[in-house]
Amino acid sequence: MKLYELCLTEAQALLQAGEISSVELTRAVLERISAVEPMVHAFLYCNCEQALVDAQRADVRRSAGGPVSPLLGIPLAIKDIIHVRGIPTTCGSRILEHYVPTFNATVIDRLQAAGAVLLGKTNTDEFAMGSSTENSAFGPTCNPWDLSRVPGGSSGGSAAAVAAYMALGALGSDTGGSVRQPAALCGVVGIKPTYGVVSRYGLVAFASSLDQIGTFGRTVADAALVLQTIAGHDPLDSTSLTDPVPDYVERLKKTDGLNGVRVGLPREYMVGGMQPQVEAVVLEATATLEELGAELVEISLPHTPYALPVYYLIAPAEASANLARYDGMRYGLRITGKDLWDTYHLTRGEGFGPEVIRRIMLGTYALSAGYYDAYYIKAQKARTLIRQDLERAFEKVDVIAAPTTPRTAFRIGEMVNDPLQMYLQDVFTLSTNLAGICGLSVPCGFASVNAADPGASTDLPVGLQLIGPALGEPELLRVAHVYEQATSWHQRSAPL
Amino acid sequence: MDKGYEPVIGLEVHVQLATASKMFCGCNAAAFGHEPNTLTCPICTGQPGVLPVINQQAVEFAIMAGLALNCRIASFTKWDRKNYHYPDLPKGYQISQYDLPLAVNGWVMVETNAEQKRIGIRRAHLEEDTGKLVHRGDHSLVDLNRAGVPLLEIVTEPDIRSAEEAYDFLTKLRTLLRYLKISTADMEKGAMRCEPNISLRPAGTNEWGTLTEIKNLNSFRSVRAALAYETTRQENVLTTGGRVKRLTMGWDEQRNITFPQRSKETANDYRYFPEPDLPPLVVQPEWLDRLRSQLPELPDVVKARFVVDYGLSDYDAAVLVADQAVARFFQDAMAACPAQEPVDRHAQAKTISNWITGDLFRLMNECGLAVEEMRMTPAELVGLVNLVRRGAISTGTAREVLAEMVKQGDSAEAIVQRRELAQISDQGTLEGIAGQVIENHPGEVAQYLSGKESLLQWLMGQVMRTTQGKANPARVLALLKEKLEAKRSGQP
Ligand SMILES: [Zn+2]
Repeated sequence: MKLYELCLTEAQALLQAGEISSVELTRAVLERISAVEPMVHAFLYCNCEQALVDAQRADVRRSAGGPVSPLLGIPLAIKDIIHVRGIPTTCGSRILEHYVPTFNATVIDRLQAAGAVLLGKTNTDEFAMGSSTENSAFGPTCNPWDLSRVPGGSSGGSAAAVAAYMALGALGSDTGGSVRQPAALCGVVGIKPTYGVVSRYGLVAFASSLDQIGTFGRTVADAALVLQTIAGHDPLDSTSLTDPVPDYVERLKKTDGLNGVRVGLPREYMVGGMQPQVEAVVLEATATLEELGAELVEISLPHTPYALPVYYLIAPAEASANLARYDGMRYGLRITGKDLWDTYHLTRGEGFGPEVIRRIMLGTYALSAGYYDAYYIKAQKARTLIRQDLERAFEKVDVIAAPTTPRTAFRIGEMVNDPLQMYLQDVFTLSTNLAGICGLSVPCGFASVNAADPGASTDLPVGLQLIGPALGEPELLRVAHVYEQATSWHQRSAPL
Repeated sequence: MDKGYEPVIGLEVHVQLATASKMFCGCNAAAFGHEPNTLTCPICTGQPGVLPVINQQAVEFAIMAGLALNCRIASFTKWDRKNYHYPDLPKGYQISQYDLPLAVNGWVMVETNAEQKRIGIRRAHLEEDTGKLVHRGDHSLVDLNRAGVPLLEIVTEPDIRSAEEAYDFLTKLRTLLRYLKISTADMEKGAMRCEPNISLRPAGTNEWGTLTEIKNLNSFRSVRAALAYETTRQENVLTTGGRVKRLTMGWDEQRNITFPQRSKETANDYRYFPEPDLPPLVVQPEWLDRLRSQLPELPDVVKARFVVDYGLSDYDAAVLVADQAVARFFQDAMAACPAQEPVDRHAQAKTISNWITGDLFRLMNECGLAVEEMRMTPAELVGLVNLVRRGAISTGTAREVLAEMVKQGDSAEAIVQRRELAQISDQGTLEGIAGQVIENHPGEVAQYLSGKESLLQWLMGQVMRTTQGKANPARVLALLKEKLEAKRSGQP
């Protein structure tokens, strides 16, 4: 077995046992990056030299003895929308192409304190707006399972890096599904924690009330380990929760099967428009849950059809304000015009891509005098109803199971001219963000695309989405872990 | 002005709160007088990825102001984003409070021309200041030191009916803010900014005329002058059959006129929406009670107490309480008056008040000192007053001594002793000097005796000159009269 193929938990055990060093591990991963990154294009910035320095430091620290973090010396990738001091944060945008933050995101402070090795910054749809990484100003990332296909998005670079063995784990951000959807499309695990569990300080804002940093791993335990390290209250983020962080990993060990676990199946999520193979794979996964002891309960989330329109009012409204600071005055791109307003128009017109401009305009419109009540306020009311649907559901069930995405990875370029079709990729993941609860995607099988498709020969991964109530991470992760350990989907490798 | 119209004036006042740090970051909030862009951080310069954290001291200051303005303090209040683009606004939005301000429905009593009037306070809310632009030739520079400094925006009801009332309101507001120690309230230094709006209507009606707003006012005086000018201007428009246009006016300090200003933004749609980075603020009753109990005694209360306890006139009391430090100085002086002395306490209060508001204010003004910067203690002032009362020095000498006390910081007794200023009250000494003066000026004495009584003062002056002003004037007067009358009746 190659070192870079180790999952995080395995690598951690070998490091701790002294069988490998972090330098060896990091070097192996960097070599892997050299070999496959030209095909995948998961990274926007490679921190190679610093990564080796950090790996060396981690080895020294370990040899000094004493208790160490499970992430000590583990090479991770960071979505390029989270600040690492001293290296560029572009957010996949021309407008921030040369922006270098002077401060760390809180999650990076915590990873560095734990001794993790930061490999580099991964590709993203511009300002996390998209579901394919095709909205990156620096070109799309390719899906390691089929290079002609998208990895999903917006955290597609992180998902692809983990799937292609270019990192043992990664950070992403999830505003409407941006961690879970690429995790599903790349066949890895992706967690979106409860809103407020992870600090947003240093995460460049897309939609502040929905954004949450999430983690990727090749197993549930891997993603949980990374989450364990970054979770917890941060005084710099007033929306971060003060609740103590439970020991997620410890809880995974209490595998009493799924006896007594009630799994809700929302009627509204199993309706038309889905790829039949995806639907079949997900149904099979729920059957597996039942075999493992879970009780399947049909539930109803009646306001589900409103999630998409509600999301596309609230997220762009917040984005329109969050992106107002990119005005060419203090940092980033500036194209000087004949006067101030001309400079604004030129800078923002050139600096932002079409999807970002579309959402700024949508959001500006939704907040405008005369439309605010009809759009923004109504959307907030509907958001409350969606949250209440889920709260009621969690009185009856422990977790909810659903598809992560309606279909497997699509071809690069296939949907770029059809934004509505693209928006539908997140139809199953949006409610979790709107309700502020937690969810994850775990590999649950493969679908061969239909015979008419030239890529039919390829098996593409499918994700099972599990959703938990606010702060329901421990049980959510445990259910996913039990399922994962009873199946072998996570053991398959992308054919690179 | 003509009886036909009356002005209807409302004020929007921005007060910079004197917190240690800015509204949403840890930067020093004392933005005045620092090198540009030295009091900044990633948060107040609007870097990508930063988040605001509420400054609790700013909230407490705002609540204290709300209480002092007799407002209802909202138990639930929230933050909103006010969106517009301008280079001095780093995030492209200002965090403010839109529909749920921290304080509403208050009032302030204001005295204008000896008449008390209640001015309504519509609302008071917290927000962050913007930076400022510095124009240099063909380009502009941005200074973000001020960006993020906490501001309290206070909006009055349109209850003000004259430029004078507006001036008095601002004065009263400044006094309140300084009593609370929550702002320097210094308009010249930008710690207080006022944007009045004014319309005219036929006197005695409840109509609403078209209003104009006035900007760029940088002193209370310019607020008063601009409102007076605008009142006359609008009146001229109306009486000549014209219509007032809804405009934003600027104020030309040199020419003393208002002029129409081009608006910064063509359409003011600020697209307010709730700030998702900050949870709503819940003001718990216990918190409110604690702040209420920490409020200092406010000027109106102190004034009423001075009138009742010390028998001061309304006017004297008002002058003393206009500055909290002066009021405290007066009160400490009263406390330092020896209780056993058989003096009318009210008379004593009046004397001390007169010394403070008269000579002391003049001296402080000359020396550019605030009362709290003076080395003289209230007890030392009482010492001086007592020397005068006991006849040890004259009032004129006391003035000199006071000047030295303020400048040097010695006690009155020490100065009098050192400079040998003690009044000559010794009967024998004074008799000798008076006799000498009468002897030396036979002409004047003769004129006096023949009926030119005003010469008594002149002779008195001669005694004072001889004694370098130290003679006890009352005794000298009595002695001179006695000796002159003796001369008139032919006694030796
Ligand atoms: Zn700052």
